[in-house]
Amino acid sequence: MERTAPDYAALVLLLPALGFLASALLGRWLPRAVVALVACGAIGVAFVAGLSVTMQMAALPAAERAQRLVLWPWIFAGDFRVSLGFLLDPLSLFMVLVVTGVGFLIHVYAVGYMHGDPGFGRFFAYMNLFVLAMLVLVLADNVLLLMVGWGGVGLCSYLLIAFWFERPEAADAGLKAFVVNAIGDVGLMLAALLLYGRIGALDYATVLSQAPQALDQRAATLVALFLLVAAVAKSAQLPLHVWLPDAMAGPTPVSALIHAATMVTAGVYLIVRLHPLFVLAPEVLALAATLGALTAFFAATLGLVQTNIKRVMAYSTVSQLGYMFLAVGLASFSAGMFHLMTHAFYKALLFLAGGAVIHALGGEEDLRKMGGLRQRLPVTYWSFLVGTIALSGVLPFSGFFSKEEILSAALAGPRANPLLGLLALATAGVTAAYIFRALLMAFHRPPDEPEHARHAHEAPPVMALPTLALVALAALGGLVQVPGVSHAVEGWLEPVFAKAHADVVPPFSPWVTALSWLVALAGLAVAWRVYAPPAKEAPRVPSGLYRLLANGYYVEALYSAVFVRPFRALARGLGERVDRGVVDATLDGIGQRLADLSRGLRWVQSGYARSYALAMLLGTVVLLWYLLWK
Amino acid sequence: MEAALFWPLALVAIVAAVAVIAARNAVYSALFMVVVLFCLALLYLSLGAEFLAAVQIIIYAGAIMVLFLFVITLLNPQALPEQEHLPGQRWLGLPLLGLLVLALVAVVASAAWRPLPPSTLPANNIVAVGQAIFRSYLFPFEITSLLLLVAIVGAVVLAQRRA
Amino acid sequence: MPLEAYIALSAVLFATGAAGVLLRRNPLVMFMAVELMLNAANLAFTAFARARNALDGQIFALFVVAVAAAEVVVGLAIIVAIFRRRASIDVDEISTLRG
Repeated sequence: MERTAPDYAALVLLLPALGFLASALLGRWLPRAVVALVACGAIGVAFVAGLSVTMQMAALPAAERAQRLVLWPWIFAGDFRVSLGFLLDPLSLFMVLVVTGVGFLIHVYAVGYMHGDPGFGRFFAYMNLFVLAMLVLVLADNVLLLMVGWGGVGLCSYLLIAFWFERPEAADAGLKAFVVNAIGDVGLMLAALLLYGRIGALDYATVLSQAPQALDQRAATLVALFLLVAAVAKSAQLPLHVWLPDAMAGPTPVSALIHAATMVTAGVYLIVRLHPLFVLAPEVLALAATLGALTAFFAATLGLVQTNIKRVMAYSTVSQLGYMFLAVGLASFSAGMFHLMTHAFYKALLFLAGGAVIHALGGEEDLRKMGGLRQRLPVTYWSFLVGTIALSGVLPFSGFFSKEEILSAALAGPRANPLLGLLALATAGVTAAYIFRALLMAFHRPPDEPEHARHAHEAPPVMALPTLALVALAALGGLVQVPGVSHAVEGWLEPVFAKAHADVVPPFSPWVTALSWLVALAGLAVAWRVYAPPAKEAPRVPSGLYRLLANGYYVEALYSAVFVRPFRALARGLGERVDRGVVDATLDGIGQRLADLSRGLRWVQSGYARSYALAMLLGTVVLLWYLLWK
Repeated sequence: MEAALFWPLALVAIVAAVAVIAARNAVYSALFMVVVLFCLALLYLSLGAEFLAAVQIIIYAGAIMVLFLFVITLLNPQALPEQEHLPGQRWLGLPLLGLLVLALVAVVASAAWRPLPPSTLPANNIVAVGQAIFRSYLFPFEITSLLLLVAIVGAVVLAQRRA
Repeated sequence: MPLEAYIALSAVLFATGAAGVLLRRNPLVMFMAVELMLNAANLAFTAFARARNALDGQIFALFVVAVAAAEVVVGLAIIVAIFRRRASIDVDEISTLRG
């Protein structure tokens, strides 16, 4: 090999970094076309570089498909040694391709979506930084560098959700995302400290190979639990899901990027990357599976009643991430990663198509005010339809294959858990129902305000082309791994799990396939019955249940009562009593005494040169006599 | 020989020094100052510092005191007003000066007062001083030149007439 | 002659100069008093150089002369500048820097 893989690998990180710098420093002065070209080009070429590295890696024997790329020493202090090092293995490259590939399409789409926004350069600077942070996160070869990416992703999500910071709800949503993510950051930090305390190193190779010896049962459980807290916060699982629906306040491409390519998948990646630690703590893994299944069902039911098109998709993301957690919780790591990939395709597609609707209606996000758009926006309609079917899990679209694997793992695999499996199966039906409902409300139902729809116009090519590319991916992306036929994802990721023999590959079971298909079709049928065009009146849902769902099971109200309000009261009390009464009073007092003292000493500075000379003489005499006396 | 030179010179120097600070007119002060400087130059000669003695005459008496006289005649200050701004200056300053003298006298008086040992300084003082300056003290010497340059520039800036 | 005689003369001249600085209000005379103090120090330097049979004291005195020259030039320039502005050279009237 004349060119080794790590060279291009550095390019994968370097290009988004340069793109960020260019947009951040010069974005204000450069023409928009240049900013767009640089930002999209950086991600696009990074994708090509990642692809090239992957191809070269694929040519190697499986055992050698893990290479370290150490750029330079980072922190060397005594025994504590951490390098700025990156790990290229099937798992990280898989993530790199998803992040840069889907990220690139979203970038291109954003050029059209954000045209005319005064913060164009700032937007693309944040977007590139977001992708860079995510790449650092997935490529890091030690826990500390992972935390850098982890924190960077959190920062960028804050910056982008609050991108339209002049809107109070956007600023609040950004803050909420940041605060909830901080809970996860603390979990990750505690896990890292514990690992360093027990093992004395932070690089994956040492940590993962020595963990079985160095960690006793209690420590292993604690580490896994802290890591799970981090993953749950980042991936918006119960009970820390509250930030994701509010994150819709950002521009739609940001939502697409957060939901599909970056950010929320980081939690799943964390668990898969550090799976040997979770294997040591089976109860925590079971907890992850339970949380995942519960979240999947819970968020899917919430998706049924949302009136904002983006909130439907937000709860959909929470729900789909629940599936991934269920998969990794059942130790079917590659199934989780497969679903991560297909979800990235169809969720990005749904967001881009939904964004096109919002764009066409001049920023309208309320499903009740849409309707009848099928004729006006045919391309968008068909794109959204493909996304809907893929998400519902109808053969042969991508969502079917990955979801089917997860359901097989839960119902028929060696670690099958019937309770969670049935919950996941029910979720599949609800999923089909809520997304079909959104489709019907937006495109089929006769519009309440016909003139609204009449002004709708199809998206420009710069937005339509990435959407169509995602249509292809969402429709056909699942075919890389057809149960019982091909195992591309499992086979590719196999070396990562080989050492621990950790990956549980779900068996192919025809009855699960049939069942999941039936449930999905049932969900579609229910949605059609209730929301099909002629029925204009609101669907009849028991009002108590409706209120429960519309309020998100009152989780927000609970947090507000338990955490937010007492904390505010405490802060106000401290601010009034302690800060003003004690801290300010002390400092003001010191300042006042000093001012008094200075006023008393003013006469010393008389301005008379001869007085100063006298003082000097006095000093001389005192010193002289002191020396003589001694 | 040395004693015969020292005592008269010391007496003249002290009397002239007191006259410098006591004279009403600044011109007289300057003239008495020249007398002090001459006495010191002679004492330097007797101490074997011929070069320093020459510098004393040429720089101090020749240049610096002439500069003083220029400024005095340029400004031609009227007699100062009798009003004293600092009434305590005299009553505090004189006792303090007394204490200073007392301390110095105490030190000097308690010493042995033995005659100086025979001089072993180089016979040719000027050559020896020149070699010392340009060898051991070259760096301070160069710094001094810089200091003088700064002083010249400063004086020009300070004394120029502003438009 | 004993060294102590020179030191005693130096001490007397120094005290006289200090008295001039403290008691006179004419800045020109104050300057001359300062020169007197510097010369007293120079005498001590030279005497010690003779007593120790080393040249360093003399060199030091030379540097003192150079520094004194610089000081006088700047000092006199300041006096001229002040006199131009206020038509008076009473140091006690120059107390603008009073605290």
